[in-house]
Amino acid sequence: MASSDENAFIALKDITKKYGGVTALDNADFQIKTGEAICLAGENGSGKSTLIKILVGVEQPTSGHIFIDGKEYTHLNPRIVAANGIAVIFQDFSLFSNLTVAENIAFSSQLSGQARFYNRAKVRQIAKQALDRIDVDIDLDARVESIPVAHKQLVAICRGLASQARLIIMDEPTTALTEREVKSLLGIIRKLKDDGIAVVFVSHKLAEVLEVCEEVFVLRNGKNVANGPASDFDAASLTRHMTGRDISAAPPPVDINNAETLLEVQGLGKEGAFEDIDFTLKAGEVLGISGLLGSGRTSLAKALFGLVAADQGTISISGKNIPVGNPIAAMNAGVGYVPEDRLTEGLFLTQSIIRNVAVGRLDHHRKASGFLNLASLVDEAKTWIERLKIKAPDVEAMVNSLSGGNQQRVALARWLSGAPRVLVLNGPSVGVDVGSKADIHGIIHDLASSGIGIVVISDDLPELLATCGRILVMKEGRIDGIVEGGSLDETQLAARLAS
Amino acid sequence: MRLDIMRLGILRLGFLKTVLAKNETLVAAVIVAFCILAAVSDPLFLSATTLTDLMRASIVIGILAVAAMLVLVSGGIDVSFTAIAVFAMYSTTVLTLSVMPDMPWYFIFMISIFIGGCLGAVNGVFVVFCGLPTLIVTLGTLSVFRGFLLTFIGSQRISALPPEMREFSRMMIARGTTEAGSFYAIPWAFAALVIVVALTLFILHKTMLGRSIFAIGGSVESARRIGVNVRATQFFVYCYVGALAGLAGIIHGAMGRMADPFSLVGLELSVIAAVVLGGARLIGGYGTVTGTLLGVSLIVLVENSLIVIGIPSTWQSVTIGLLILLGTGLPAWQAKRAASKAA
Repeated sequence: MASSDENAFIALKDITKKYGGVTALDNADFQIKTGEAICLAGENGSGKSTLIKILVGVEQPTSGHIFIDGKEYTHLNPRIVAANGIAVIFQDFSLFSNLTVAENIAFSSQLSGQARFYNRAKVRQIAKQALDRIDVDIDLDARVESIPVAHKQLVAICRGLASQARLIIMDEPTTALTEREVKSLLGIIRKLKDDGIAVVFVSHKLAEVLEVCEEVFVLRNGKNVANGPASDFDAASLTRHMTGRDISAAPPPVDINNAETLLEVQGLGKEGAFEDIDFTLKAGEVLGISGLLGSGRTSLAKALFGLVAADQGTISISGKNIPVGNPIAAMNAGVGYVPEDRLTEGLFLTQSIIRNVAVGRLDHHRKASGFLNLASLVDEAKTWIERLKIKAPDVEAMVNSLSGGNQQRVALARWLSGAPRVLVLNGPSVGVDVGSKADIHGIIHDLASSGIGIVVISDDLPELLATCGRILVMKEGRIDGIVEGGSLDETQLAARLAS
Repeated sequence: MRLDIMRLGILRLGFLKTVLAKNETLVAAVIVAFCILAAVSDPLFLSATTLTDLMRASIVIGILAVAAMLVLVSGGIDVSFTAIAVFAMYSTTVLTLSVMPDMPWYFIFMISIFIGGCLGAVNGVFVVFCGLPTLIVTLGTLSVFRGFLLTFIGSQRISALPPEMREFSRMMIARGTTEAGSFYAIPWAFAALVIVVALTLFILHKTMLGRSIFAIGGSVESARRIGVNVRATQFFVYCYVGALAGLAGIIHGAMGRMADPFSLVGLELSVIAAVVLGGARLIGGYGTVTGTLLGVSLIVLVENSLIVIGIPSTWQSVTIGLLILLGTGLPAWQAKRAASKAA
């Protein structure tokens, strides 16, 4: 497909990779020029991770050619890759939370320099230089455990710089960042490119990095389905290429004018987090809550479910007050909460789907004898797999073997099985690919139609606009205004948030 | 807005720093309080005699604690070091007596350190090359080493030690009589603790090997990804711990003027308690030599001088337990409360 280029820094040609009978990559091409930023897009299972694994020498291709600086390699290994200045920033950043920023940045360059002794001054100097190159100021002596996520990512980038990287591969770089942090990341990417460093974004949330990229490669089912200058793509066309289908626009909002009021929040406040929060939620309504990092939206979401104890104000469900700061009381009153970080807060990753779905309400599956009714457990899990279209081999599959979108659906199933009346979804599609995201939005809509009141907390503006009838805009712990979902577009909403 | 975020960040940083420093300051404060109480109830407590007694009592537990701290930093836990210590001490004594009773003390020490290092390597093989959990491996080897010693090498106490070992225990850096008329003496064995501390400080803070130990304790996977030789580093840790245990064992034998195959084992939890009091975390990646020494001082103080402030010595283990709960629980509780406030 792509014509070979003489001055490419790295070129992979006709790469095929088979695992047993499964073809993960089918004659895929990929190339990177010096100082160029590239999007490698594709849904989960499209082969993009396999391609990167081959590029960093972790996997060997079944057939194909690999060129670095015009020199052909029959295979790569991590040592060759490092020697050629290729650095990978993993989604979890692979940092040492117990060590200082300076040490984290300088560690790999010290190791590759065969240093035997640790020279603190030298390490600080290496770290300072790397941070200066991207014009960032982070306390060198702070332990990494104490710095924010966005800074951790910068530390990981600097670690690549310190070991003389010429190519930095970033796996899902924007997943953990807020809109504003993504903007500042893009500025840093521009600086790297000016410095002659190539960058590859591997992501399924690409619209936001498109503006700094020169080339886009889209993989689907192991094949190149589209590639070309980034200017030829927009969010919609990328999505179309990645999924092979048109994702339908937002479903129309449910008519809620005559519905009863389910949730009423009055004067809710917590010192240092939020104050004077008043709003109501009707049955069948989808209410969005958004705001920048530090606006108090996450604390508010947790407070609704009692995970954060509010100091003042009341929360009532169908007119009945529920005690604040008590998740079990909230649950009994019919509130469900799907956390943002499902990996650590929402799911038991090494347990089966059945167990994850059933864990909140084992009492409902009790036989008269007091033992668990296993048949009803299995039935329930099967029903949810079907209803939410969870892609899993069977109900016994471990949750960590599922893709992000399917994990999110299991987390939803857990709460839906308890038939909640109010569902609080914190970042419902964080770390989920485009196709699943549209499906999750469809599920939200269906749930609302069935009379559940839904609160969506998110900083993904298109998501809010697509799902919510009303959006509460939070600023510095207060509700700064309520906007109607259909009344403005993404840019206007972004401006509203940042103003 | 941005200012607010920054201010929050700075506050949080400052707070974390104080928490991290907390274990050590807390332990130091308790030590000072203990000494003041003791001095009030017995003015003679603040004397050279008490100090040198405590120094003498902290040699063996101090060396073992430094070793245990290193394993905790690397993300593992070792409970077998007391068995290694007693094995190395007893078998070295038996070997010396049967082969060359007049061997100079430093050769005897080297043999014991070597035997300790080899037994540590056994732990290392299981942990590093078989990939077994460290607690399980060392619980197993604790029993195996001890059982092997008692079955095959001997279960008789030996009080006729090689003459050079007895000689070593009489070598003093300083000795004398206080104005009140009581004797005091600092044995040369104390220098061994100083050397171990200096060597460990050097390895941990001045070599890439030491930094790699911290890195592995922080995240094994990340360390592997950036090219740390995880296996070699972990193997070194277990050998080094074994060697230190061998040294502690032979000093214990020489100072007590008896090779007792039933001694030392049982001490491991006190040692780990001292290390944890000093701020090392069981999850790995955190631990300081200073904190460890403070923890050791406190434990030794409690074990030897509790009677001075009027608490019966049967209350020792209760006191130590309470100190652990307080010393590690208080900072953890504060951190948790602050976290829930910040959320």
